[in-house]
Amino acid sequence: MADPMRIRAQASGGNVTVRVLMAHEMETGQRKDASGKVIPAWFIQEVSAALNGKAVLTAEWGPAVSKNPFMQFTVKGAKAGDKIAITWKDNHGDTRTDEATVS
Amino acid sequence: MRKTTLCAVLALAATAAGPQAWAQKSTADGIAEYREMLQDGNPAELFEAKGEDLWKQKRGPKAASLERCDLGRGPGVVKGAFVELPRYFADTGRVQDLESRLLTCMETLQGLNAAEIARTPFGKGEQKNLEGLVAWIAAESRGMKLNLPQSHAQERQMYEVGKRVFYLRGGTHDFACASCHGADGKRIRLQDLPNLTRNPGAGAGFGAWPAYRVSSGELWGMQRRLNDCFRQQRFPYPGYASDVTIALGVFMGVNGKGSVSTAPAIKR
Amino acid sequence: MTLRRTSRRTALQQSLAVAGMLAAAGLLPRTALAYTQGAFDAKSVADVIKALGAGAPAESKDVTITGPDIAENGAVVPLGASTTLPNVKQLAMLVEKNPNTMVALFNVTDAVEPNFLTRAKLGQSSDVYAVAITDDGKAFYAKKEVKVTLGGCGG
Repeated sequence: MADPMRIRAQASGGNVTVRVLMAHEMETGQRKDASGKVIPAWFIQEVSAALNGKAVLTAEWGPAVSKNPFMQFTVKGAKAGDKIAITWKDNHGDTRTDEATVS
Repeated sequence: MRKTTLCAVLALAATAAGPQAWAQKSTADGIAEYREMLQDGNPAELFEAKGEDLWKQKRGPKAASLERCDLGRGPGVVKGAFVELPRYFADTGRVQDLESRLLTCMETLQGLNAAEIARTPFGKGEQKNLEGLVAWIAAESRGMKLNLPQSHAQERQMYEVGKRVFYLRGGTHDFACASCHGADGKRIRLQDLPNLTRNPGAGAGFGAWPAYRVSSGELWGMQRRLNDCFRQQRFPYPGYASDVTIALGVFMGVNGKGSVSTAPAIKR
Repeated sequence: MTLRRTSRRTALQQSLAVAGMLAAAGLLPRTALAYTQGAFDAKSVADVIKALGAGAPAESKDVTITGPDIAENGAVVPLGASTTLPNVKQLAMLVEKNPNTMVALFNVTDAVEPNFLTRAKLGQSSDVYAVAITDDGKAFYAKKEVKVTLGGCGG
């Protein structure tokens, strides 16, 4: 099971700014190891976010997103106490969901 | 052959930054802006979370946590400990830095083998766990001022040892730490080299490690940072948590007294 | 596309390829979330936008791309894409000189502001683009140059 994300969700003026740090190698598939073998691509392909269980965002990523990815977005009409859930799925089919309460 | 030429060029660049400084100013500003953009959302936080778990987790042959570990401010006191290390510890009778002290605690409290951990390559096995631990412990002192004690005779002695080591030239290129970090205004390519002999460089340098290095996506503790310095000097690494590395920590940390700790920071 | 006596795996790959092409041409509903492989495989800004099923892109002051002028390390370059245009369905981040041009694709809904920040790997100094695609398939972009001192794709 992958390491947990760090999610910070701050309410301000009727919106909530969400900042997420995900733990993932985001291997491009372009690199070679010491013996010259290609290190296989391993990266998050889909990211989604939900506010109180309702989908608010979907995104598709390629391997060029940096390792241990950071993402920031703003949810409209959310407030302190609401629940933000972030899910990612990678090209191996692994997935992880973490939740945070808006402060 | 190429390596030698490259090093010679680097050595020249490091010592002759003066006249080119004005042309690089906007570049330096650009780099500063880039670094500022990365401050929010430091992947070191992922390591901090792991470290906090590891501190509390019962592990090792003794199935114990590290919660009774004395980092200098009393057993289990983590807040404020980082900015007072390295320091003298009565129970071991020597000056220890954070990583050396963690080895002591991991052995005495948890029954893990300190010597074996010291031999383990960076990034593997228990060394990986140490990354999390140093990240979290440092984070618990973030924003506090460096305040290494110099009250014990051994602490003062280690400062002097650190100073000697800092200026000792050796290895195939006759480099010392001072070659790159012994004066203001030195630079290698676009890396400004902090002057570690006094503030603000000493505080900025010492108070930034452990740090998340974006170039490798890894969390480096001070020991790994020093290891890489010795590698760049073409000098053998003195050994994980060895007295020489602790002495250098005392030298830098005392020179940086009063500077605010930013560790774990985010670095190139 | 003729399906002869192909293995199940090949048949699956072929139908996925067709689905991919249809998705790229905008003929499949977005909610199916078929990963837009075509767009991620594209190797130029024009090809990405074509793969996303949009028309020829026009530069627009209502689209913004943010990023540093110079990145100390290409492995982590903070990029932001935003727009004030109405009826935007997607915001894409592109790095022109990367081996594959598109970095990320955000599906814009009414629930979020069309403003996203992430960090990308840049293999070398390059123009970076924010591309906004509207409901009617038009593409608008903004670009800026990011210089990289150390390429971010190598080992």
